[in-house]
Amino acid sequence: MSDILLITFVFLAAGVLSVPIASKLGLGSVLGYLIAGIIISPILAVFGVDVVSIQHFAEFGVVMMLFLVGLELEPRLLWSMRMRLLGLGGLQVGLTVLIVMGVAMVLGQTWSIALAVGLVLALSSTAIVLQTYNEKGLMKSDGGQGGFSVLLFQDIAVIPMLALIPLLALPELAESISHGAAGDGHGGGTHGGDSHGGDGGHGSGLSLVDGLEGWQQALVTLGAIGAVVLGGVVLTRPMFRFVAIARMREIFVATALVMVVGIALLMTLVGLSPALGTFLAGVVLANSEYRHELESDIEPFKGLLLGLFFITVGAGINFELLSANLWVTLALTLGLMAIKCGVLLILSFLFGINGSDRWLFSLSLAQAGEFGFVLLSFTVANSVLPAAIADQLLLVVALSMLLTPALFIIYDKLIAPRFVEEEGREADEISEKGPIIIAGHGRFGGIVNRMLRENGHKTTVLDYSSSQLEMLRQFGLTVFYGDATRPDLLHAAGIEAASVLIVAIDGKEPTTEMVRQVAKHHPHVHIVARATDRTHVYELYAAGAKDIIRETFDSSVRAGRSALEALGDHPYDAERKAREFVRGDRARLVSVAHLYDPDIPPLENTAYIEKLKEYAAESQAALTGRNNSFTMRVDRGWSPPTPEDVAEIEAQSKS
Amino acid sequence: MANLLIYYAHPGAHKSHVNKVMARMARTIDGISIVDLYQEYPRFDIDVDREQARLLEHDVILFQSPLFWYSTPSIIKEWIDLVLEHGFAYGSHGDKLSGKTMMMALSAAGPEEAYSSGGYQHFPLRTFLTPFEQTARLCNMRFAAPYVLYSSLRAPGQNLVEPHVAGYCALIEAIRDDRFDFEATTEMDVLQAETLPMSKGE
Repeated sequence: MSDILLITFVFLAAGVLSVPIASKLGLGSVLGYLIAGIIISPILAVFGVDVVSIQHFAEFGVVMMLFLVGLELEPRLLWSMRMRLLGLGGLQVGLTVLIVMGVAMVLGQTWSIALAVGLVLALSSTAIVLQTYNEKGLMKSDGGQGGFSVLLFQDIAVIPMLALIPLLALPELAESISHGAAGDGHGGGTHGGDSHGGDGGHGSGLSLVDGLEGWQQALVTLGAIGAVVLGGVVLTRPMFRFVAIARMREIFVATALVMVVGIALLMTLVGLSPALGTFLAGVVLANSEYRHELESDIEPFKGLLLGLFFITVGAGINFELLSANLWVTLALTLGLMAIKCGVLLILSFLFGINGSDRWLFSLSLAQAGEFGFVLLSFTVANSVLPAAIADQLLLVVALSMLLTPALFIIYDKLIAPRFVEEEGREADEISEKGPIIIAGHGRFGGIVNRMLRENGHKTTVLDYSSSQLEMLRQFGLTVFYGDATRPDLLHAAGIEAASVLIVAIDGKEPTTEMVRQVAKHHPHVHIVARATDRTHVYELYAAGAKDIIRETFDSSVRAGRSALEALGDHPYDAERKAREFVRGDRARLVSVAHLYDPDIPPLENTAYIEKLKEYAAESQAALTGRNNSFTMRVDRGWSPPTPEDVAEIEAQSKS
Repeated sequence: MANLLIYYAHPGAHKSHVNKVMARMARTIDGISIVDLYQEYPRFDIDVDREQARLLEHDVILFQSPLFWYSTPSIIKEWIDLVLEHGFAYGSHGDKLSGKTMMMALSAAGPEEAYSSGGYQHFPLRTFLTPFEQTARLCNMRFAAPYVLYSSLRAPGQNLVEPHVAGYCALIEAIRDDRFDFEATTEMDVLQAETLPMSKGE
């Protein structure tokens, strides 16, 4: 128990300390984690921690990341990307495999080993690259999109690779390895939770497809994929509606985790890549109203697991081997990166990726990736590569990943600035107004939404009620399910870019708290908040809401005006009286709101109490009909000049 | 029979000495339409389609109001701004009001002699009404001389309200019955109770 706590503490503390420092130095979080791993590797060695098995556990972060990537990708978008996906991705993998294979054969390897090496090294690091794209906001750029296409293709390509590698097995290796396979850390069968799967059809562990004929396997596999797609479409909504009964945050998180883990498990059982399965599920759910909820539930786990993964990469570097073969390793790594970068540069010309995007695309994908680790252990277990070569390649992969942040730094500092002037003008075009977020879509928020939409504004609706949202969906509205007061959900809804937030959720305290949070962390957002009563108005004002609307005030005033009309007032007189009433009431509200201080208990706030007393007396006078200042104000206007006025003017003009 | 539409506008209805009585009496006359603009649109949300439909149904449009600061109360300006649309009242294809008549019935606090180059208002009353006159012309409408009560504040004390209201009713009935001589008014600056040009009935 204490061991687990200690290891957990070491890992977390290393991340907590190194990532902020790395960010501060402009190195990015990935390099921070890698450095943290290198620093703690002696400590881990002392405690005999099995870094490799932790790494396999942490690879689940990649599965979660692909789920999140899928959530961001609508099927329509994926279809429109198909040319780049197949063209860019296919050519990158194909060319890189061929060139690396050629180099390996020149260096004296047999063709089967050379091909395996090519396959291992052709893949790039989805974890590092996507994380960095997101951090630097490069995801939407042309280079980022191209890079994403390649990474996505690679993730899919892992599956046929896993099928191909056993066919390359060397008989003499198979013999030598069969003895110690069970206890070997690289043995495929020992990693039941291996995120990139592939070990399903091979060795121990649970499997649904073991011992089945080829066509039966295919059928089961297709069935599993169908189950994920169908489940995503049909089951998500009833499931979340059921979970909503509990109205507890952690149950939502658990539900989201159950979904992702369950899909990963199912994929592993049928021998498919769990990353691909969750990616598929993400795409299926990209259009659903639960997208934001799922995103914000999974996000922290993904971040932590990826961080852990990077730490283990750093910690897993075999420094003895490295120092023994330093120059060879360095030469191999740089050579590999040059080959990959060169292939990508050629592709960027073919696919019209220009300017700084070309370099972003080529540099960012020049490393080998975490899929390489997976394939390496798989190749060793399948007797494709001798362990010595695999260990050497492991260093190359790790080192190239370690160097990736440096490539991004080269891009940021040397390349991007050169293209800034050229591209400066394009940036101006992004003048689209931020979205309007409506938190709470009941009787109040619903009307606000209708009005804004009728006027052509795009709104994002957050609500806790499944039935409400389902009704809205039928009208073709974009709605999202979740607790609107949660900062992470607001973040997912795009509060950073939002222009207006309408707070129409139930309850005084949640409303005030939400206003306080958003006003503090996102001061650019104009907040329109619903207040239940006067005191709530004061609280919301202190919390930073710009427009505060009392939920029943306007309708009450209208009822009063209707009563005045019914009593025989001319409608315009009634209107003027109503306006004057609103004006006076508002003036009082504002002056009291200025005195209200949420940090002082109202009873101890003397200025506030005095003002309230003053107004209480006034409104009492009004109730008893003794207040004539009101009627005097209403009466002003359109009073004709008196005959005396006229006489005076006449006299003046004559003199 | 000419179809007459009266637009009555007084924002402080309860302070009115003359216009209120005029409007009340006008309502008792059959075969005409009368609209209290401030009553119908207390929040100034004028329904353009409804107003244009009204205009199409009538031949003579009469604005009845006090004179405020050398013009009408503001809702009449709002009404003009919104209802007399391009393509309806003026401009290409904007001929829907062509041939109709616009008229005003005004009460002014100042005495008649004040509305002259030598008086303290410095201009004849018609000078202040030129925006309305030109509005009518642009819509290809006839602008009839206005029916005016001067010294309206003294009118109650001098028993001048009753004859003015009676003249107003006679004017309305004459327009309704096609007995009013619009042509004759083109020669006149303003009309008063005693100078109404009636054509002797057929």
